[in-house]
Amino acid sequence: MSIACQIVVCGSIVPDPLQTLEPITSPAGPALKNEMMLPAVLDPWAGHALFEAANLAKNLPGSKVWLVSLGPKAKLQQVMMTVAQKVPFELVALDGPASGFTDATETAAALAEAIQAIPGLDKSRLLVFGGWESASRGAGATLQMVGERLGILDQFQGVDALKVNPDGSLEILERIEGGKHQVSKCAGAPALLGWATGNLPEPKNNPQVGMLNMRTVMPALQKAKPVKFAGEGLSFASVTLPKQMRETQIVKDKSPDAIAQEIVEWIKQ
Amino acid sequence: METILVLAHTETDGSLAKSAREALHAAATLHKSLAGSQFIVGLVGENVQAAANSIAACPATKYLGVTGADFSQSRYATDAAAAEAICRAANGTLVVAPATARWARVLSGVAQRLGGRADTHVTGVAAADGKISVSRWYYRQRMEGTFTRAQRPWFIGIDPGSQAACNCDAGTATVEMVAVALTDAAKRTTVSGIREPKADAQTIRPDAPLLFVTGAGWTKKQADGQPHVAEAEKLILDFLKKSRASLGSSKSLVDLSGEGQAVLPFLSHLNQIGQTGATPRHAKGLSTCCHGEEPHTVGWRFIGERRAISLDPNCGWARGKADVLYVADAFKVMSKVNELLAPNP
Repeated sequence: MSIACQIVVCGSIVPDPLQTLEPITSPAGPALKNEMMLPAVLDPWAGHALFEAANLAKNLPGSKVWLVSLGPKAKLQQVMMTVAQKVPFELVALDGPASGFTDATETAAALAEAIQAIPGLDKSRLLVFGGWESASRGAGATLQMVGERLGILDQFQGVDALKVNPDGSLEILERIEGGKHQVSKCAGAPALLGWATGNLPEPKNNPQVGMLNMRTVMPALQKAKPVKFAGEGLSFASVTLPKQMRETQIVKDKSPDAIAQEIVEWIKQ
Repeated sequence: METILVLAHTETDGSLAKSAREALHAAATLHKSLAGSQFIVGLVGENVQAAANSIAACPATKYLGVTGADFSQSRYATDAAAAEAICRAANGTLVVAPATARWARVLSGVAQRLGGRADTHVTGVAAADGKISVSRWYYRQRMEGTFTRAQRPWFIGIDPGSQAACNCDAGTATVEMVAVALTDAAKRTTVSGIREPKADAQTIRPDAPLLFVTGAGWTKKQADGQPHVAEAEKLILDFLKKSRASLGSSKSLVDLSGEGQAVLPFLSHLNQIGQTGATPRHAKGLSTCCHGEEPHTVGWRFIGERRAISLDPNCGWARGKADVLYVADAFKVMSKVNELLAPNP
């Protein structure tokens, strides 16, 4: 049995986590202050999904990886300059908002449509990957909806490990409560996996991979389909930063023994 | 008029988890505020009678159940089919559910299937003048939004630990069974087990009163110019054993372990808190050797009382974020803490 897979990774961009984020109200609803000016990165958990996909494709000859990414075209281009140097993939770009305040349903519809339009996609070999939650909306909703739209009934979230057996079946570790993993076995593709951290480090930049990828990345960006979201039925009353600023008592002049005593009493309260 | 459906699954022993009772409490609060609303409970599991009985005194007027061996497993296809069937049977407009790992895997998919909308990690629900609003966090707990939705059904996944738990009394509930016809396609996945560290090696304890956060400082060179990783490991594990605290870690410390360095081998990405980790809920938090600014400190956004030990009095992890910052050597302090926590001979 051939187990070459077609792996479609859904991954958008988010502001660099080290940036200061401030919500504002725009005519279209909540947004981030200077959103287009903020440096962006590939969504971290989607990044793990991409690296796992590339590793899987490398080990399953004949496999291929697509990255379906929805975001403002200019920001996508900026991020792809880095991401394209990591692992081989073919980009499918959608030019639209990457905001955390957009509706997962609308995002899912756009992504599913883009996936279905990939030429030569064979659903019997399809694995849809993505991050189990984004660093923007952080809902873990979009992938499930994409899966439903594609008719995929085998879905897994918080995935930390995937093994493809010689017979094409999948063994999957999913995060559950209490620092545990659920172990599942799936008959095979099609399946959808929302990745947590996985087990792979971020690949080093490889200029050769970058050159190969850029042959398809730039055309994909040029023909990125514009996507607009209406946000119908969703109405924000407020988006605010937490105001809670604690009055920190700074204890500088106590001995370790005295501090320990205080901490133990506090723990036991 | 809203029909509020609380959707819960049973645990392996047939009981309801605390998170289910929290969702029940949130839904009951909505029910109270929405005049004329209906209140229905839907349960999924191998057998749901005991669970229904355990909450029989809640305001629900109807209990629906999907039961059988196929529904004992936490698996997308069967859970989605069960949830869909209950939602259709109840004709629920507001579906309130605990955002457990099991339900978080399926709720948004079911909302899609039913033409509804889903919001997860919800930390607050309210209703005023017939209008329902929910609150949740965005950008990894860095800002909080409150909003309403016009679409129905509206699936609301309640973040475990964010609500009070319903303390309704037990009794006898009449459960109407909802039939679900499963195809073979729904059984392509089988759950073969749970993988977890041995009991004495489990460092993640969601129900612990205290979260103990370790930062990369534990592995850095100390006053004598040498790192003391073995000593750090012993101090941390001793403390966890004696305090029964849950262990969280900064990303930098976990990444060091992932990069193959012999650094605190008991840490994994599951311990990681913050921007790309968990944001656990505990009554108290004690951070040690952590450094960083706002983006890194979201990991203890939902910690009640917070104390920190750091050599840096200006540490961004602690200033303005902790109630007390001890400017001290964590090695010395934690060594003494462990001594004091040791049982009397």
